[in-house]
Amino acid sequence: MTAPPPASVLRLADHKFFEGMIGGLPERLQAVATERAYSVGDMLVREGDVADRFILVFEGKVALEIVLPDRPRVTIQTLGGGEVLGWSWLLPPPQWWLDARAVKRTRTLEINAAKLRATLDSHPEDGYRFLLHLFPVVAQRLDHTRLQLMDLHGR
Amino acid sequence: MAASSIPLPASEPLGASPWIPVPFRVEERASETADTITITLTPPKGIPSRPFRPGQFNMLYAFGVGEAAISIAGDPDRPETLVHTIRSAGPVSAALSGAAPGSTVGVRGPYGTGWPLASASGKDVVLVAGGLGLPPLRPALYEMLRHRDRYGRIEVIYGARTPKDLVYYRQIQEWRGRSDLRFQTTVDAAGREWYGDVGLVTARVPDLRIDPSHTVAFLCGPEIMMKFTAQALAAKGVPDGSIYVSLERNMKCGVGLCGHCQLGPDFVCRDGPVFRYQDVRRFLSVREL
Repeated sequence: MTAPPPASVLRLADHKFFEGMIGGLPERLQAVATERAYSVGDMLVREGDVADRFILVFEGKVALEIVLPDRPRVTIQTLGGGEVLGWSWLLPPPQWWLDARAVKRTRTLEINAAKLRATLDSHPEDGYRFLLHLFPVVAQRLDHTRLQLMDLHGR
Repeated sequence: MAASSIPLPASEPLGASPWIPVPFRVEERASETADTITITLTPPKGIPSRPFRPGQFNMLYAFGVGEAAISIAGDPDRPETLVHTIRSAGPVSAALSGAAPGSTVGVRGPYGTGWPLASASGKDVVLVAGGLGLPPLRPALYEMLRHRDRYGRIEVIYGARTPKDLVYYRQIQEWRGRSDLRFQTTVDAAGREWYGDVGLVTARVPDLRIDPSHTVAFLCGPEIMMKFTAQALAAKGVPDGSIYVSLERNMKCGVGLCGHCQLGPDFVCRDGPVFRYQDVRRFLSVREL
């Protein structure tokens, strides 16, 4: 187990995403995680940029925005503490498909995507456990997207 | 729509018959959203105020146009006025929405059962409102806040399509500032001017700070919203028997005689509009009902 960087006060193991994960993966990933703080209005990621990190939100609020030609941008979801930004970093080509903007002061831990993929590739058991934690996030977002398509508040 | 031109039977005192609307005066009219208003009504002289239970509704009559069931949105502790929030969605609600201060609206009621606040005593309470589902829940919230010590945690989740569709905006800011209440708002989509949550009300359920086994939940909004919210609450551990929903059907008589609002063995106007979810769940899954 590698000790966390001295500057970091956030620990991956404390994030809801890693809750209940056995095998010590969050402790080992701590070394390749960077703590970041965003002020209101700061962009975390921009659509089209390389998805080079896995972002775990610890505090604050992040708006996921779609940029539409000739129309105001639309916020389709907000993420708060305990949530993760997405999985674009896992799928080739690793590219962000949305903008993410801090709408409150936000603190994150961000794991280098190349190193995370390498870790999961070289330790398939860890990779499997990791995906078991990531898949519910994907499934929940799919469920919510379906419900949004049904327009719950439609008239 | 002048009430003075409406002939009333001389044989019955005004307000005595459940069939005859009493002409209430529109005292105030406030705009909530582009298509939704709130009106405050007072009874004519000599007619007593109408106590109501949170969750009940009145039949409001736009003279010469028609009648519609509208939930009571005011404070049960102030029955001297009736408060109704109305979205203009058809000819009757459009006429009611257009009622100016000084004009007259016919009132029959109050009707229906109401939210079972007694069953929530000593427990955590979750209110989930979607769209225009907040007005029917507001009297329950007034009542719970007035008797705050009777309840555990009170959590409110209010969802709307966009920020512009949120009603009671200023009051929500006051509620959000209270320390004895957690009031979350969320919208389905928003522009950059919105700094609140974006997402479905169901997405907020997992983060409720409640003891699920000792929680009562009141849901009001589109049935599809209530169905999935009830599922999310069940996944959180709230027992089905502790989840209540307010249903909307085509209510005409208001007293369970005409049958227009029949739902299985019940009439929504008389036996509802508030039902225990486990008692009506099967009807909410009937295709094309």
